[in-house]
Formats: sequence, structure tokens, C-alpha cells
Amino acid sequence: MREEVSHHHFTVKDLDSGQEVRWCPACGDYAILKQVKNILPELGYSQENIVFISGIGCSSRFPYYIETYGFHSIHGRAPTLATGLKVTRPELSVWVITGDGDALAIGGNHFLHVMRRNPDINILLFNNQIYGLTKGQVSPTSPVDQHTPTTPRGSIDRPLAPLAVALGAGATFAARTIDRLQNHMADTFRAADRHRGTALVEIYQHCVVFNDEAFQAIYDKNTREENIVLLEAGQPLFFGKNNEKAICLEEGKPRVVARNDCETGRLWIHDPTDIGKALLLARFEDPAFQESTGSELPTPVGVLYQKEQTPYEVSIHGQLSRPYGPVTAETLERLMFPKKT
Amino acid sequence: MPPVNKNELSRRLVVRIVGDSGQGIQMLGKLFSEAVADEGLRLGTMPDFPAEIRAPVGTLSGLSGFQIQLGTTEVYTAGGAADVLVVMNAAALKKNLPHLKPGGILIINSDGFNRRFLKLAGYAEDEDPVADIEKAGTYEIITAPITKLTHKALADEKLPMKARDRHQNMFVLGLLAFLFNQNLDLLESRLREKFSRRPEMTSRNIKVLRAGYHFGETAELIQRPVGSFHPTTPPENAQYIFGNLATAYGLMAASARSGRPLFMATYPITPASDIGHILARLQEAGVITIQMEDEIAAIGAVMGAAYGGSLAVTATSGPGLDLMEEAIGLAVSVELPLVIIDVQRAGPSTGMPTKPEQADLLAALWGRHGEAPLPVLAPATPDDAFFITYEAAHIALEFLTPVIVLSDALIANSARLWTPPHLDDLPPISIPWWDPKSSAVYQPYRRNEKGVRYWAVPGMPGSTHRIGGLEKEDLTGAVSYEGANHERMTRLRAEKIRHIQQTIPSARTEGGATSGPLIIVGWGSTYGAIREAVEHLEQTGFSVEHLHLRHLHPMPSGLDALLDGFETIIVPEHNAGQLAFLLQGRFLRKVCSITKVQGQPFTPEELSRKILEAAHACVKK
Ligand SMILES: Cc1ncc(C[n+]2csc(CCOP(=O)(O)OP(=O)(O)O)c2C)c(N)n1
Ligand code: SF4
Ligand SMILES: [Mg+2]
Repeated sequence: MREEVSHHHFTVKDLDSGQEVRWCPACGDYAILKQVKNILPELGYSQENIVFISGIGCSSRFPYYIETYGFHSIHGRAPTLATGLKVTRPELSVWVITGDGDALAIGGNHFLHVMRRNPDINILLFNNQIYGLTKGQVSPTSPVDQHTPTTPRGSIDRPLAPLAVALGAGATFAARTIDRLQNHMADTFRAADRHRGTALVEIYQHCVVFNDEAFQAIYDKNTREENIVLLEAGQPLFFGKNNEKAICLEEGKPRVVARNDCETGRLWIHDPTDIGKALLLARFEDPAFQESTGSELPTPVGVLYQKEQTPYEVSIHGQLSRPYGPVTAETLERLMFPKKT
Repeated sequence: MPPVNKNELSRRLVVRIVGDSGQGIQMLGKLFSEAVADEGLRLGTMPDFPAEIRAPVGTLSGLSGFQIQLGTTEVYTAGGAADVLVVMNAAALKKNLPHLKPGGILIINSDGFNRRFLKLAGYAEDEDPVADIEKAGTYEIITAPITKLTHKALADEKLPMKARDRHQNMFVLGLLAFLFNQNLDLLESRLREKFSRRPEMTSRNIKVLRAGYHFGETAELIQRPVGSFHPTTPPENAQYIFGNLATAYGLMAASARSGRPLFMATYPITPASDIGHILARLQEAGVITIQMEDEIAAIGAVMGAAYGGSLAVTATSGPGLDLMEEAIGLAVSVELPLVIIDVQRAGPSTGMPTKPEQADLLAALWGRHGEAPLPVLAPATPDDAFFITYEAAHIALEFLTPVIVLSDALIANSARLWTPPHLDDLPPISIPWWDPKSSAVYQPYRRNEKGVRYWAVPGMPGSTHRIGGLEKEDLTGAVSYEGANHERMTRLRAEKIRHIQQTIPSARTEGGATSGPLIIVGWGSTYGAIREAVEHLEQTGFSVEHLHLRHLHPMPSGLDALLDGFETIIVPEHNAGQLAFLLQGRFLRKVCSITKVQGQPFTPEELSRKILEAAHACVKK
């Protein structure tokens, strides 16, 4: 629960855990850590009411580097721990830190189910399209033909789109940001925190050692604007160096056209409450989808979808006729000594 | 009809009822047991049903059975061969006649013996098993067209045949009530209570119940009043309890006594599911139960809740335990309190889901990678499941460790008469909380005199810290890959568990003897069979002691010395000899193993025979 007046004010400095950060130099994880630390003090929680729970991977070392409560658990299972914690301690601000392998390979099952349950937690998915910690194997988000130690002749598995999977499973908040966009990351984290329910933030994250090229097109200042489209509620999807391109809906399909060539009625105006559109946005990078639209679509960045939905723990507590707490002696006596009553 | 020898009846009596799995046999058994408990008799029950929800009607594989042993003195099992056998069809007769004592009473539903049923049971075209049995004269036979009489009793109800069939169990209940001279009014009021939400069901059930009772009267059956020879009044508050219910109550008692809210996450699996069902129904108890997507998720949620300070529990069976082991290892490493109830069933793999076995012992002890010791406890009887579960929660919370309880399908679904304890009589539970007012800096792996770390949970100011599965530096909990530290932490974790030995009772035989020619060492659900076998052997002049281990790790103190006093050690168990292996390895002693893995427990008769055989065959140490 947010405390209007925090009794334990803390600053970004207080969040230094004193542990030496051990990511590779220039790893995108640093930038993410920095933005999370930046926004935490302003969210209104006291420091001891914030918990970071991670799985296993480079990204999952995150909790060690931030002075809050933290739990570095096992591979793929962080959402289950977060669920158990949030259900029993709804007043805490619970954050899950996970990687693409952690969340979508070994933890794929939990990923689906946490989305449909919708506990009020935030999930930061560090997507570097590779297994960092185990030294560069292919991940569920690696593109086809990626050459890695386990796929020396190129990967043949088609990648999955995390946000599409999440929306398919009933996610109530799905957003994407990029480790290079400091302000955008901060804004997205704030929005995730404000959302009542499970907020999934996919962060494109640079693994300099094992997947240096992965996000070249969106990192490069010269090509970035051509390849990213910023989502803002109520705004049309314009992009390009001079905002000269638009996403236009033609025969129900999104196509890239020159801004002036799109009739006003067909212009894609971003509506984060529209699940149909969100499902399309989540597929923009999918080669099969691009083929079907005949357009090279840009990477949408921002909140794709958001919906009000009673969080899991609220519904659970709502079904109890006595508040969650120790079993009382009276309850037990009534059950164990039925003849007396 | 000559009456069955009353003296024989006056001590213990075994009733076995067998029919199709859709005939409500378990419900019948339960109601009959409750009636028996009302009379203050001691009892032990055991179900025997197929894993399929509706197995093929009339076949051997579709049988569902219920056995109860009643007695005027303490009863520990559902007994062996039956004094009274009820068979609802030919298949039931075929499979169960060998379990009826010579001279016993055989109650036959004659409607279950037409051509079709005989054929389904595998009798030859020209065979008439009932006539053959009558001719042999070994048993006292009562035949009744139970199906027809049930239909008749419901003649004025507009009901399809199938629906009428479902009430046959009430006819049998009525018939047994007459036979044992039970209080019909009491039975009727029990039924009203049970089906209070379905009054039409109650009235039908009562009609058929009375029909069964009156059949007994009209046929002038000789009554064998079980209650009338009972010498004492029923103990106050005594009730009939199943192992799974006792387990649920034990958890609730631990919640009440520790002041920790109770959280349970599960994934459905036979025979453990009922524990979750029981707690889920009690929303007025302030308990949270959730169903997760698999056992890994269940144990994950449990760990999250434990991390937040709840009494966190899961209940599963072998296949689920396998899935949980990695997470249990994490709980050992981070030192969080979890209670894992493994209601064992016959394995490996899916095995025989409804049948009991004790083959998860070594998996519970050593199923995880790395050095990951944890306490393992096992209830001896269904009512003991209450105390063992309470103790498991007690140990988990006081020592910040995961604890595994090894129940099994027999304990789970069997019942005994027990007298519930009062909450104040249970040992208090004190949790090693970190004192948030302390001026010292919180160190997550600083330990108290028992070797237990101080516990700070999220929300406590001034003690934010990180835990995880990476090896932790002693005291500070910082990640450490230092060899000497790892060795030290490995030792500290093991020492903490060993320390638990000081909080459990030291080893003691049932009879109190510390030496003798022969000792039977058991664990878990074999308690009753061993106890009754030993009683029998003693009556026939043998000197036998019984020691039952409720704590498998750490084992009670003084065990080694105690075993030393006996010439021969015999270990009966429902696995391929796991406790025997453990005792031999721990204490370097010769142990003779008796094993049975048929999905059926030892009967006391069988066990006393096998003990004698083993005592002769087994080389003395
Ligand atoms: C049960 C289990 N299997 C395998 C591993 C080895 N492992 C550690 S991290 C990892 C993959 C991590 O990839 P990702 O989730 O993408 O995280 P990143 O390192 O890229 O941040 C694997 C396979 C493990 N720790 N546990
Ligand atoms: S391996 Fe990649 S993801 Fe891991 S720390 Fe290094 S750069 Fe970052
Ligand atoms: Mg990765």
C-alpha cells in the first residue's frame, strides 16, 4: 500500500546495497538498475516495503544491487514466489526481475499463469534475446538463424513475442521499453507501478558480450527513428526521422505509408485499452506478421495495453469471511469439538 | 442360524463391504464408522478403491471396498480377515471371499449375481458360486435382493432406475444397523445433518435405510449388538478422524499457536488433494488456499508466503515431490520455514495413485542435489497425523527450515477414534524473530544458540537484506564463492538440523523394554499392523518389542544404544527396504528387512507370520 506520507524517507543513495556490481562493463543491465533506483524514492513506499524477487540469469542478480528486501530464487520461478508473497502481504510493493530465458523458457508456464491471475506486481523482463549467464546460448526470443554454441548451424526455432504471449494469457498491462531510452524507461516503470494488477515491462537489453548486434537497428542514432514507433495514448503512430511516416490501417492491416498518404480515418491512433490493437502491436516485429501486412513495421515502444481488473490478491481476500490471519482458538475448538456446540 | 461366538466378537470385529465404485461404498463405510464411533467403540478403517472415477461396472477392476475393525479396546488398524463381509455383486464375492474368516457372516446382494454379473466377474457359464458356498457350509450366509428392495422402497418416487440404484448403500447401512443393533434414530439424524442442503435426498435415503433395517427384522436375523458388550462409556469428545483431516487440523492448530497466518498452495494430486479441499472450505478460518499451475509453482508460492512470514504449507504426493525438490533445496539454502506434506502413493512414476506405499523415504531425505539436509517426520496413525503435522510446523518455524511430512494413502484415507487435544496443551511455538528495535546491524545469517538464523521479513524497518540460492557468506549473507566459507555453511546448516534432535523425545520402545531377543522397528503407517502383530505374538508366548520411528531425520537420541540391547532387529516396511538400509548405514548393524509393495498394507496376521519367518531365517548380529 502506498503511504501518502512516508515515515522512512529514502533517497537514491540509500538504495546502494554496498555489493560490487558484477555485470560486464557496458551491459544494458546497469542502465535499467539506474532507472529503477531513480524512480523508487518517488513512488511513496517506505524502503522496507519494497521487495525484488528474481529468477536466475545475469539479469536476476539485480536484487543484490539494491538496498531493499530481495530474493534471488531459482530459474524461472520468481513469479510464483511473488504471487505467494503478494497474496499474503498485499501491502508490499513486489517487483519481479527476469530474463528472456528465465521468463519464457523454463518459466514459461508460470509466465502465462501469473498474467491471467493478475496479482498486483511488476515484472521487468530483461530481453537480450540470449542466455547471458550460461554464455550465449539461443533463447526463446532469439531470431531464426542465430548462431550460438548450441545452434552452430543457426537456430531453427521461431522466436516468441513476449508481449503477445502475455496478452494471449490475459495480461492487464503490457509495455515495452529500451535500455538506451533512460527517460522512457523511467516513465514506463512509473506507469507499471501505478497499474493495479500484473504490469509486464519488456526491456530490450543489450548483452554486449553474447548478442552485441541484436538491437543494432534501434540503438544506432542514425536508424533509431526509422525503426521505433513511440506509443502515446490518443496519439497517431507517426515515426521516422522527421516523423514523416505513419502506421495506416488498410483493409484492417497496419501498413507503413508516408504520413500524408494516410486518410485521417485510417490513421492508427494509439488506444491502450483496445485489446485487438494491442495484440497487433505485440506482433509488429514478427516476420510472419510483417509478411502478411506487406510492410516492414517498426518496433512499438510504450504501453501497448492496460486494463483495470481486480488484482488476484484482492479477490482472494474478498472471498474470506474472516481476514487473513492466525487461526483462532475459537475456530479450532468449534471444528475439533463439534459435539459441544 | 447359529450365532457367531460372542466371545470372539467381544474384542475385535472386522467388517468389509465391497461393491462397484459407483455404489457409494465409501460413504456407506464412513456413515457406518460414525455410528460405531457414536457407541464409543474403538475403530480403524481403510478404503480400497480404484484410481478411475467410474471404473467398469460389475468388473473386478471396478471394485470399491471399505474395511473397518471395531473393538472394545484400542484398535490400530482396519484388521486382517473379515468377520462380516458384504458383497454387492459377483465380482466382489470372487475377489473378497478369501478375506472372510471361516465361520464369518457373508451378506450377499442376490441381485448382483445374474448371468451378466457372473460373467463380468469371470465365473464359468455353469457356475453358481452362491450355491457352492452354501453347500460348503463354511459361512453364515444372509442373502437379500438389495437392488430390488431399494427400488421398491423408492417406488413412489419419480426417479430413473440409475438414480434409485445409488441408494443401495443406505439399504446396507440399515441392514448392518439392525444386525449390530445400532440406534436407528441416531443414524437418521446423522443423515439429516449430512444432506441438510438436499432434503429430497435425505428423505429417500431414510426410506431405504429403514427398508434395510426392516428387512433384518422381518428375516429375523440374529442380532449381534456391538454396543451392548462395550464395557466403558465413550471418551469425551472422542471422534472418528481421517488422516487428511487430522493433518489439516494440525496445521490450523500450529497457526493458532504460532500466531502465523496459514497459507497453502497446492496442485491437485491423489491422495493429497483432500487436505487442500478441507482448508479451502474453511473461509471463515482466515486461511488462504490457492491452486497453482503445477507443483513447482505451488512450492514457489509457498516459499514466497514463508518469506513474507506466513506459516506456509503444501500437500502433494510422490510425482509432485519430485517436481518440488529444486525449490526445497532453495529453502534449505536460504533457511525459510516450509511444511511439505507428501501423502505417499505407490510409485515409481504414476504408479498406483490410490494405493499406499512408503517408498519416498530416501527421496525425502536425499532427493535434492548438494548437501541439503532437512527434518523428515512421519505419522504413525491417522490421528497421529495431527500431532506430527503440528510438530512439523513447530520445527519449521523454530528452526527456519523446510520440513517434510511423510504421510501415505493409508493414513490419509483411514480413520481412527481420537480425542482432540486442547490448544493450550500443545507445545508453544517461538519464532527466532529479529528484534527491529535492536541497535545491532541486522545480519541475515547470524545464528542463535540453536544455530538458527534471526528472521527479518519484508516490512520490518532497518533490516532490508538479500537472500538467495547462491552460497552466502557466514553472518552477512553476501554472495560468497570462498571454499572455506562454503564448507562452514554446509556444516552449519547440517548442525542446525541435528540440533532438532534435542527437541524430540528420545528413542523408546512401545513396551518400555531396552533389551530382549527381538525388536521390530517400523515407521509411518505400519504402526497399527506391527502393534497388533506384536500383541498377537506376545499372546502366543514370544518376546517381541516394537519401536516406531516418527522422526526419520534427525532420528531420536539413544536409538543406537537401544538397538544394541536386542539380538535381532526386524524392519517391516512398504518399500524395498529403505529404513532397513538407513539403519544399517547409520548404525552399522545387521537389520532384517520385511517388505511388501502390493499397494495393500500388511495385515496383522500376515505380519506376525512374516516376523516369525524372518526371526528364524535372519542371521543374528
Ligand atoms: C534448473 C536450471 N537449469 C539451468 C540453469 C542454468 N541457467 C542459468 S541462467 C540460464 C539462462 C539465463 O538466460 P536469461 O533468462 O535470458 O537471463 P540472462 O542471463 O540473459 O539475463 C540458465 C540456462 C539453472 N540455473 N537452473
Ligand atoms: S553476459 Fe551479457 S547480459 Fe550478462 S552481464 Fe555480460 S553483457 Fe550483461
Ligand atoms: Mg537473456
